[in-house]
Amino acid sequence: MSHGEPPPAAGAPQPMSPTDTRDPDYFHQVVDCQWACPAHTDVPEYIRLIAQGRYSDAYLVNRESNVFPGILGRVCDRPCEPACRRGRVEDKPVAICRLKRVAADLRDDITDRLPRPPARKNGRRVACIGAGPASLTVANDLAPLGYEVVVFEQYAQAGGLMRTNIPAFRLPAQVLDEEIGYVVDMGVDLRLGTPVESMRGLLEQGFDAVFVGTGAPRGKDLLLPGREAGRIHIGIQWLESLAFGHVDKIGQRVLIIGVGNTAMDCCRSALRLGASEVRVMARKPRQFFKASAWELEDAEEESVHIMVNHAPKAFVSEGGRLAGMLFDRLEYEMDGDRILGQRVAGEVFIPADDVILAIGQDNAFPWIERDIGIEFAPSGMPAVDKVTHQSTRPGVFFGGDAAFGPKNIIWAVAHGHEAAISIHRHCCGEPLAERPPRGVNLQSRKMGMHEWSYKNDYNPVERRLVPHVSLKERFRKLDIEVELGFDAEQAAAEVQRCLNCDIQTVFEARLCIECDACIDICPTDCLTITRNGPEAELSGRLKAPRRNPGQQLYVSGPLKQTGRVMVKDEDLCVHCGLCAERCPTNAWDMQKSWIEIPHAEDDDRCRIPNALRRA
Amino acid sequence: MTFIAKPKIHRGAVRNELGLTRRDYEGGMSTLCAGCGHDSVTAAIVQACFELALPPHTVAKLSGIGCSSKTTAYFVSGAHGFNSVHGRMPAIAAGAIAANRRLRYIGVSGDGDSLSIGLGQLGHAVRRNIDMLYMLENNGVYGLTKGQFSASADVGSKSKKGERNDHEPIDPVLLALSLGATFVARSFSGDKEQLVPLIKAGLSHRGFALIDVLSPCVTFNDHEGSTKSYAYVREHLQIPVAADYVESRREITVDYGEGDSVSVEMHDGAHIVLRKIDKSYEPTNRARALAYVQEHAQRNEYVTGLIYVGTYRRDFHERHNTPEEPLNSVPYGKLCPGSGGLSEVLARYR
Ligand SMILES: Cc1cc2nc3c(=O)[nH]c(=O)nc-3n(C[C@H](O)[C@H](O)[C@H](O)COP(=O)(O)OP(=O)(O)OC[C@H]3O[C@@H](n4cnc5c(N)ncnc54)[C@H](O)[C@@H]3O)c2cc1C
Ligand SMILES: Cc1ncc(C[n+]2csc(CCOP(=O)(O)OP(=O)(O)O)c2C)c(N)n1
Ligand code: SF4
Ligand code: SF4
Ligand code: SF4
Ligand SMILES: [Mg+2]
Repeated sequence: MSHGEPPPAAGAPQPMSPTDTRDPDYFHQVVDCQWACPAHTDVPEYIRLIAQGRYSDAYLVNRESNVFPGILGRVCDRPCEPACRRGRVEDKPVAICRLKRVAADLRDDITDRLPRPPARKNGRRVACIGAGPASLTVANDLAPLGYEVVVFEQYAQAGGLMRTNIPAFRLPAQVLDEEIGYVVDMGVDLRLGTPVESMRGLLEQGFDAVFVGTGAPRGKDLLLPGREAGRIHIGIQWLESLAFGHVDKIGQRVLIIGVGNTAMDCCRSALRLGASEVRVMARKPRQFFKASAWELEDAEEESVHIMVNHAPKAFVSEGGRLAGMLFDRLEYEMDGDRILGQRVAGEVFIPADDVILAIGQDNAFPWIERDIGIEFAPSGMPAVDKVTHQSTRPGVFFGGDAAFGPKNIIWAVAHGHEAAISIHRHCCGEPLAERPPRGVNLQSRKMGMHEWSYKNDYNPVERRLVPHVSLKERFRKLDIEVELGFDAEQAAAEVQRCLNCDIQTVFEARLCIECDACIDICPTDCLTITRNGPEAELSGRLKAPRRNPGQQLYVSGPLKQTGRVMVKDEDLCVHCGLCAERCPTNAWDMQKSWIEIPHAEDDDRCRIPNALRRA
Repeated sequence: MTFIAKPKIHRGAVRNELGLTRRDYEGGMSTLCAGCGHDSVTAAIVQACFELALPPHTVAKLSGIGCSSKTTAYFVSGAHGFNSVHGRMPAIAAGAIAANRRLRYIGVSGDGDSLSIGLGQLGHAVRRNIDMLYMLENNGVYGLTKGQFSASADVGSKSKKGERNDHEPIDPVLLALSLGATFVARSFSGDKEQLVPLIKAGLSHRGFALIDVLSPCVTFNDHEGSTKSYAYVREHLQIPVAADYVESRREITVDYGEGDSVSVEMHDGAHIVLRKIDKSYEPTNRARALAYVQEHAQRNEYVTGLIYVGTYRRDFHERHNTPEEPLNSVPYGKLCPGSGGLSEVLARYR
């Protein structure tokens, strides 16, 4: 067409180059939830399996990447949900986490579909210290490959903080037992009640590799005047004592300091022990709270009182007994969500029988000698490679909260997978920095002229609410699980909200006749045919304004008839397939993508030399 | 066509002065072949009506028979509509326009509907200067009846099976120019940048406005050897002038070079600024326009754009002194003089 455009001046920003969709990260990023999940769980795939009533299959798809679907389906931090595409189309994302629980709750017995302990071991021995999710993931990945995995745990039960800190009313013990059992039953040598007191000593036992998954076990203290009083507890220790039955009562009036997830578990546990007045004291306004929205919601529903803008000043005792705490009442000068300044507007005394400190955790490695080649930063954190998880001593790896400070379960799992790859490579003599490559597989979902083997019709149904045990019932015992989970019917509605982001729009420029059919039909205007240009300039010429530069633009090669390019703003696509239905030449096709995230077992380069194998 | 309806997703959608989104100007689900040019023309009409913020109930859609004529069902579902018999849309339109001059009339027809069976109807609609926008979706074939040559097929153009057309084509643009039309445009379904402003201008024009839209039939006339395929049309476009539509309430802000552009005021106060691409072109000179289109046709080129926009010519309403009020709001006693009145009239002829 002759809407003549002058050629770009020399030195001007260059037009965009055609997108390389063979790069596995391209289509992976389109699957927002999977990209956001640290362990890259194939969410849309398991949601489709649930839609088909194939709960066990859905469970196993989950297990492959996140190892603990039943646990995570209840208590995952769910970084996937804020990323979910549905949340960009309407207000609420798909209830991804609760659907994971559906797969776990409604599955059949899957034990015979899990890897069995191999008949022949490969002769290599790996020690995992701590039986939290990080170590258990390493064991899960390596035991089926023939490694002899020994897990040392100081306590009498496995699970780490999932067992000792996450209260049973959120995560029942039986769910933990079952999923930890799956790992242990792969032939893992789990040694409970066995603290590792010296790394040097352990190293002398001749393990081929050591994985440190000991978490961040030390709760932060608050050293204010009056700290020496009794009945001031450190949150994570207090929760642990509760889990082990060492604590079974608390005063009527309880103050929780801090407003993160630990605070939420502390306040709700206090209520269950019989406290009647529980206050969570926050230094800052609500938008700065660290606790997840859903935990805050649950706590407030249970009548926990959250007080903002109170900075702790002193513990107050009367007659040798804790009477309460003094706080500075703060006023903030705000600009939207930014604090410009603060001032003290007064002082308040709040009476209390018990105070629980929930202001963070620190790492501590008193049992690792500092002269054995494992370097630590002055902060007390070990020097750990972000990719390989190896410390400065070859063969010693860190993962989970122990590696980079407290995070969450799904990160611990992700670290476990990466560390397992490194350990496997270390034992095979392969360089650690070279990682097994990711891949992407595509397969058309076209069945007929306008028929797809996925449900492409957009379903406007709103997010389902998870039913809860009644407020009266739930306090009867410490371990009554509050959330009931979706039943099959609720799940069947919720799965329809998934937009099938893994069913990709795949474009073949040489087939396009520039008829505009796809442009016209796209319900979100995410397609544009236009002349190419530099990214910033091209972004200004899209059919719908580009709202989210964090999301990719797909740019095709030049089209045959006019040399213009097809541009797709991935941010907006709802994967309805209408572009492909309307396209007369099949230039657009809807193809299912499988993002291959390799685990240790997929590392083709790794072979333990036969000569080294022991019977 | 598609098997599922286009979902309504309004998040972040732009709204016009009436608070409506572009999606609110859509119609039913299209049943045309995937890739049909007519669907793109529909999208352009939707875009234009949205941008003009037309209240849907003030629009009337009229059509005949054909794939093209089906498309009135696919835009502005809140509008009035009449799907007439083959080739007879102009007669129905004339009646509707006579009865109610307050609505905006959009006629959609095909080359078969308008140039084969309906040629006489189209000719008289132009001649009478009825107030409507007449969109002729021109694909050179009878799409609906499986691809026979229509009256706009070019000599030598090949059918899908390979037969050659030997009949001279009827060019609706030349026809309208010679019958005195004051708004004559041609465009291409694959060029909305050009088509949308033309539709807006055509809707603002007083009297008959013709837009002949080359709109490829992807199923029966998009092969090699066709002169109405996407590829052929694109290769043979000649654009002497580009038209920008500037609404009455907006100022003309772009600086158009002296002598390079002509600004034409429409009766509703909007302007069309015609930017000359071919400096010798004079879009307000009927004889020159006729000659230009003919010369380029001989070179197998399709002239597109606002080819001719004329000075005012009395429209149908002025000539026939039609009432300002729609007939449906005129009291019955006044509309129908009754048997007494009839006798009086008859008496005059005795
Ligand atoms: C109150 C609270 C609530 C939380 N809620 C959630 C939640 O809802 N969702 C979520 O995703 N995350 C939550 N987390 C965080 C999550 O539990 C941790 O990030 C995760 O458990 C870390 O796993 P890990 O394997 O690194 O270590 P851990 O789970 O801490 O496990 C470490 C294990 O090592 C053992 N160990 C330590 N030192 C030694 C030693 N020298 N020898 C032998 N054994 C040793 C410990 O006993 C422990 O069993 C919560 C944390 C807290 C404190
Ligand atoms: C009176 C009458 N004669 C013939 C037909 C058969 N017929 C239906 S559509 C059509 C031609 C339509 O061609 P066109 O107007 O170019 O529309 P297109 O399908 O190509 O868009 C014909 C001949 C008819 N419906 N009515
Ligand atoms: S699948 Fe195609 S039509 Fe549907 S939203 Fe995505 S790009 Fe648009
Ligand atoms: S529908 Fe197909 S042929 Fe038509 S413009 Fe889109 S990709 Fe190209
Ligand atoms: S037959 Fe031709 S004109 Fe009719 S819908 Fe199909 S492509 Fe369009
Ligand atoms: Mg036709």
